[in-house]
Amino acid sequence: MTKLSDWHIMGVLAIAGLGLPFLAPGLITQLSFLWLMVIFALTWDMLGGRMGYNSFGNILFFGIGCYAAAVVQRDAGLPYFEALALGLALGAVLAVAAALLFGAALLGIRGHYFAIGTLGLGITAAEVAAGWDYVGAGSGMALPLFPGALGQREFFFCFSLFAVAIVCFLFLRWLYGTRFGLALNAIRDDQDKADAMGLRTTPIKVFAWCIAAFFLSISGGLAANMIGFIDPRDVAFAGATFGVWMVLMAILGGKGTLWGPVLGAVVFHITQELFWTYLLGWQRVALGLLIVVIVVFFPQGIMGWIAERRAAREGAAS
Amino acid sequence: MLDNLLLFVQFPPLAVDVVVNGLLIGAIFALAAYGMALVWGVLNIVNVVQGELVVLGGYVTFLLVQWGMPPLIGVPVSALVMFGVGWVLYRAIVFRVVDRDIFISILATFGLAILIQQLANLSFGADVRSVDAGLGPLHFLDGMVTVAWVKLIAFVLALVAGASLWFFLRHARLGQAIRATAQNPRAARILGIDTGRVYAATYALNAALCGAAGSLAVMAWTIHPYMGLPYTVRSFMVVVVAGVGNVGAVVAAGLGLGALENVAGFVLGTEFQIAFVFALMVTILVWRHLRAARRREHLK
Repeated sequence: MTKLSDWHIMGVLAIAGLGLPFLAPGLITQLSFLWLMVIFALTWDMLGGRMGYNSFGNILFFGIGCYAAAVVQRDAGLPYFEALALGLALGAVLAVAAALLFGAALLGIRGHYFAIGTLGLGITAAEVAAGWDYVGAGSGMALPLFPGALGQREFFFCFSLFAVAIVCFLFLRWLYGTRFGLALNAIRDDQDKADAMGLRTTPIKVFAWCIAAFFLSISGGLAANMIGFIDPRDVAFAGATFGVWMVLMAILGGKGTLWGPVLGAVVFHITQELFWTYLLGWQRVALGLLIVVIVVFFPQGIMGWIAERRAAREGAAS
Repeated sequence: MLDNLLLFVQFPPLAVDVVVNGLLIGAIFALAAYGMALVWGVLNIVNVVQGELVVLGGYVTFLLVQWGMPPLIGVPVSALVMFGVGWVLYRAIVFRVVDRDIFISILATFGLAILIQQLANLSFGADVRSVDAGLGPLHFLDGMVTVAWVKLIAFVLALVAGASLWFFLRHARLGQAIRATAQNPRAARILGIDTGRVYAATYALNAALCGAAGSLAVMAWTIHPYMGLPYTVRSFMVVVVAGVGNVGAVVAAGLGLGALENVAGFVLGTEFQIAFVFALMVTILVWRHLRAARRREHLK
């Protein structure tokens, strides 16, 4: 058996990503959400898995992307695609600026203080957006209609999110091979030692958060347009759904591995869709239970489990 | 916003009213915060499900009143019921995460919080609930300052609960066992303390405190299924400010938070009150961190 390399898997995924929308048009929305989940898990894992900073507040950047796109598309008076591009760009700038600002303030804090602090950040954003009339307050914002023919909208956003997910994956794959990737791991393994060896840990951490913020805000602008409506608490700054899912998917797949977040996103998304189909009314209860079960009984994740199995087998063979 | 601030200056009794009511509500925060400090200090976990325990306690009282019981009976009954709930939660889930990485315990209790929220939503509906304690208001300063009787009772009960907790930890056998386990679990085990039981009792005691807080909250204020997280964050904030082992400081910080929050809710508008709570927590963390960083330390 020839060894499976990353490129084989990526090839299969690329074919699936490009082909499935045509083969199974009924699944196109699910597929778009799947790519969104992949972006969520990948960007969360950069901090949570690689750097050891478990953030509950990454949803902040997604929400900033949503709202920036919605406001620009409402107020700029440009044609649809120009406004969308401008909105995505503005969202990215704002999200990176927010990551710089809050990162400088929060990323020095460690452990559970950081986790709860970022949780507070995400919820503050949701509550501010829910009270702020300029962005529609509690009733949210509707996005402009897609100008193309019926059905084109889904294709457009599915492929856009797919493209963002691919770029994000390839970028992170490259990044983890560089000195910067090693620095992230060094911070996770022993921050004081990393400091003592002369790594400038704070700028590295802030920069990593900025990268996550960039991809999240772009995906936020696209997702807002795909959904067509943003609610401050349930879509844009949805801490209790998207915000927790990104953590869960990365853990389910395996924290700190390249394929773990992707795998976790796929497995989680399929599970969740099954819940929605077969447990209607109880799906959110089931999700809460799923979180507890995964975290308590399966914290090493799928990739971690495979590694354990392999280690055990090779140990037995030798 | 400035108008509201000016109102305070032009009409000082209003400021007194807002601050006094805030202080009284703060007693409920202090009650939930004792529990969090206890669990944090003994089990070394941050119990994110704290707020949901408060909300559940509120629903217990709500149900009792629906069945025709007098509301104030709800305080001990809620505490008792939640003691049982806490014991079950500990034996079912929480004991599995006690010795693990602190992030695992945060995420696991967060999952529990979502689970309980959703169950509460399914069983009681998403409506805002409240119970009329039927005690009426009290007027001071020629009726310019109004305080509900039930808030005053809540305040006194919270202080009594704090004092008895302090006494219990000092003098009762179980209280001493709890403190011994907090100091050094291994040594406590060698000396014959069943630390598993102590942990379960601590967690259940915390749930009982939350239950009492929730019962008071439903009478003095309102509850609904998604109101848990603000209580968790308030408790967390109070413990961060007051420290884990200091009951007096927890009371002071809880009361201060209540007053501050009520003033902020009045000045900024109630729609921003929750935003203020969470933003304040982030601010406190950053401030504590900066102070520690100056001494080349970090928050532990």
